[in-house]
Amino acid sequence: MVTDEDKVFKALADSSRRQLLDRLRDKGGLTLTELCESHDMTRQAVTKHLGLLEAANLVVTKKRGREKLHYLNPVPINEIYTRWTHQFEQERLTALQNLKQALEEGEKK
Amino acid sequence: MTTPRDFVYTTYIKTTPEKLWAALTNPEFTKQYWGQKNISDWKTGSDWRHEHGDDGHTLITGKVVESNPPHRLVLSWAAPDNLDDLSQVSFDISVKGDMVQLDVVHGQFKEGSKMAAGVTAGWPRVLSSLKTYLESGTPLDTWADHGASCGAAA
Repeated sequence: MVTDEDKVFKALADSSRRQLLDRLRDKGGLTLTELCESHDMTRQAVTKHLGLLEAANLVVTKKRGREKLHYLNPVPINEIYTRWTHQFEQERLTALQNLKQALEEGEKK
Repeated sequence: MTTPRDFVYTTYIKTTPEKLWAALTNPEFTKQYWGQKNISDWKTGSDWRHEHGDDGHTLITGKVVESNPPHRLVLSWAAPDNLDDLSQVSFDISVKGDMVQLDVVHGQFKEGSKMAAGVTAGWPRVLSSLKTYLESGTPLDTWADHGASCGAAA
């Protein structure tokens, strides 16, 4: 059984798809044509990658007239992030971060 | 000066549209997973405010632009000390199989808007916490690693 999470990891496990996400992070609301222009990929390849990203809910689209605009949806990535960093570990991570900051600031003096 | 782009967020939650609507509009619910209270009578044209869960000061304020429970809610959105930096947030709720799809669009930013900066960090946290809250009954510690409780999504 392929879970939603499997789809997210699979979608992220490809540098071309990560580049598409980078592009959408920098500028949301791009059309397929605009996404093709900024990548060294065929239109077919971009379409296929966007399909996998959409299936993983990492890219969402909105219609504007006849155009389909693509946006990065970071919610699934945040869910992965919180799964391994929240709750009991969070306090320790924050403590480590505070310690690091205090030590680094101490060094500057 | 540039005009910030729209931000679009989508999440799928195992719940009902009615429960999700309540989770967005009931101040006691929003305090659970957001840390802050959303307060209004939620009628089109009414005022609404996003209030700090503990000390009660207003973080965000605006009008209810559109209210169609439990399907669509549109709010105007501004910090009380910078009302000119107005933007708009829409919540669209639809049923997808045994899940409910929530689409949040934060957009219509003014040129040079300062509001957009906090949006990126804020909404994914709020939506993840909302999903966890509705599905498990326990919210995430939304702002755990984000410094003091802030209006970031907001």
